[in-house]
Amino acid sequence: MATQATQEIDTDAAFREEAKAFLAEHFPPELKGKSNALASVEGPTAETPAQKSWREAVGSRGWGTPTWPKEYGGGGLTRKQARILDEEMARAGAFNPIGGMGVMMFGPTLLEYGSEAQKAEHIPPICRGEIRWCQGYSEPNAGSDLANLQAMAEDRGDHYLVNGQKTWTSGGQWADKCFAIVRTDRSDKHKGISFLLIDMDAPGVEVRPIRMISGASPFCETFFTDVKVPKANLVGEEGQGWTIGKRLLQHERTNLSGGGSLARLMGASLSEMARKTGEVDATGALANKVLRDRIADFDIRWSAFLLTARRAMEESKAAGGVSEISSVLKKLGTRLGQERSELLIEIRGLQGLGWEGDGFEGPELEAVRGWLFGKATTIYGGSTEIQNNIIAKRVLGMLDHQ
Amino acid sequence: MAILSEEQEMLRDMARDWAANESPVAAFRKLRDAGDGFDRAAWEAMAAMGWTGVVIPEAYGGSDFGWLSMGLVAEELGKTLTASPLVASTVAASAVMLGGSEAQQSNWLPRIAGGQAIATLAVDEGPHHDPARIAARVSDGKLTGTKPFVAEAANADLFVVAAADGLYLVEKGAGVTLSPRSLTDQRSHAEVRFDGASAERLAGGGDTLIDDVLDRARILASCEMLGMAQQVFDVTLDYLKQRVQFNQVLSSFQALQHRMADLFGDLAMMRSAVEGGLQALDSGFGVARAATIAKAEANRVLHKITNEGIQLHGGIGMTDEYDIGLYLKRARVLEAQWGSTSFLRDRFATLGGY
Repeated sequence: MATQATQEIDTDAAFREEAKAFLAEHFPPELKGKSNALASVEGPTAETPAQKSWREAVGSRGWGTPTWPKEYGGGGLTRKQARILDEEMARAGAFNPIGGMGVMMFGPTLLEYGSEAQKAEHIPPICRGEIRWCQGYSEPNAGSDLANLQAMAEDRGDHYLVNGQKTWTSGGQWADKCFAIVRTDRSDKHKGISFLLIDMDAPGVEVRPIRMISGASPFCETFFTDVKVPKANLVGEEGQGWTIGKRLLQHERTNLSGGGSLARLMGASLSEMARKTGEVDATGALANKVLRDRIADFDIRWSAFLLTARRAMEESKAAGGVSEISSVLKKLGTRLGQERSELLIEIRGLQGLGWEGDGFEGPELEAVRGWLFGKATTIYGGSTEIQNNIIAKRVLGMLDHQ
Repeated sequence: MAILSEEQEMLRDMARDWAANESPVAAFRKLRDAGDGFDRAAWEAMAAMGWTGVVIPEAYGGSDFGWLSMGLVAEELGKTLTASPLVASTVAASAVMLGGSEAQQSNWLPRIAGGQAIATLAVDEGPHHDPARIAARVSDGKLTGTKPFVAEAANADLFVVAAADGLYLVEKGAGVTLSPRSLTDQRSHAEVRFDGASAERLAGGGDTLIDDVLDRARILASCEMLGMAQQVFDVTLDYLKQRVQFNQVLSSFQALQHRMADLFGDLAMMRSAVEGGLQALDSGFGVARAATIAKAEANRVLHKITNEGIQLHGGIGMTDEYDIGLYLKRARVLEAQWGSTSFLRDRFATLGGY
């Protein structure tokens, strides 16, 4: 036992050295502190040579998806090693350049349900950050009632013929491929759904960006007209789409709660911002005691939320599999995120409500767009109300109200 | 739930079984109706199971099993409103551990660990927790001052008393006068007047001794509160699943489901915060901040969950026959002890430099 433990410590120490050496050799210093983790949501910026070389260095090693199996291009690291890599990246001011829906949602789901051939085809390009995936779930009449979806995939022998409309397709205009849930049988609401992979450049796919209140167009309407999809692109069995699709949503909710990486992206704390823009008394405390109290109230609950996210992770690890708390995390994290945006605006006053032009700093304008975009967080990925239904029914065992 | 060791799971299960079988809410009701705040036999049973020495070093007869372990016991006892000086005595023992001389430790800790002596903490001099306002004075080893609300004083042998210049040990006896204070929780509280009582200073522990002890008091109070909140939640959920109105069980109404889902999220945050406090104590890192978060979340969530618990029970929740009201009354006393929500928010901001 002791020897085994010692060996593990030695291996981890060796890995830390390996990670340090890798970062020293490959991380371009000019990218220090410039994470582009949100690029997948907010649209691509033309990649600079430095960004490209960093993405390729991390991608070819599989370290952007550190715990995924090596045979499909993942890093094959243990969770412990992945954490060490994370720590060393943070220490070097580096970031993981591999992200997006392929990493957060589709990859883990395909690893679980995909065929050998599908995994071999689709996972490696995700690990290298070469392919952008988008999500074909919601439809105009299938929002919270997602299983009401009508997009139809008709069996035509060696392929499906897909017709219908998807909406709120995040990043649809930039995506190479789409993982979609479609109807293969009209006679059964849930068992008539299948999980299909669709090329976005296939004939008959049309994408129209939707302009949002934040001024950006991160979501699209996607129209499918007689789109041919090879049968090899069916994940799992016909009719298994609702099960697979829900599993993917669990991954989505865990990521959307914002507990982990988003906390780091949030920048200066509310209290720092308030001290910078408002008056402080002789002791260095905020002179506005009401505001001070509200910030403390928020900070305490935010801390408790971060502790909850950590606890959920530890519990999932101990139990193996996504924790039931994932639904709670999404609901709590998104609401707190919105509360924070509102407080930030209140702290800055009208200076914190700039739309464009001179007289506003970059972070001020970004915060406004972030505040508006943030209103979507309690709606997408299963609205807060849907989360409440799920918690009541699945976790608390209350009766279905429908 | 924090990840527990096998021994910790055994301790928790033992506490859960004992509380359910030997100390259900009915046991508290019996004490209350007898006008007594203390059950000597129950106390001796706890001591025999080693609960009185969980955080005390082995050299002094404890098991040195850590704060997370102690928290598990406090939580389970909170679930059944077990009226016991266990939390008070443990917190007071920690003051002796942190600030006592070798002689003071070997004099008191073995007796506290064995349950032969009960100790309690006497800090506040008004209705609000305010350790910055202490008027009690010591001169020539004699302590004089009044502590109007001391928990478990009636059965305590030893008081850990805050005076203007630090913490002192005062034994019950000459110069110590008790007058019972009957609070809404109907547990043991008393005004304690020290009139030239012999006092020994706890000279160790440095400038932060009183804060360090209060952080322990806050965290263990939060554990009891966690058990109460969990119990109120569980009982309310059971009630909603049984009660029929409009020919439906209440648990099928979406308006009620969403309120329970909200409370479930709050309870998750409270548990994380409380366990975070216990883990900070065991690691010795970031205790002041973690204790503030733990008690602030405990206050917020228990307050909400007891109010919702009554409302969701409807009229029956207003009756003495139902337990829910007992939790409400105990909750407010614990919310006020060792820091109300406004005290804790102020402390959190101060610790954070704003």
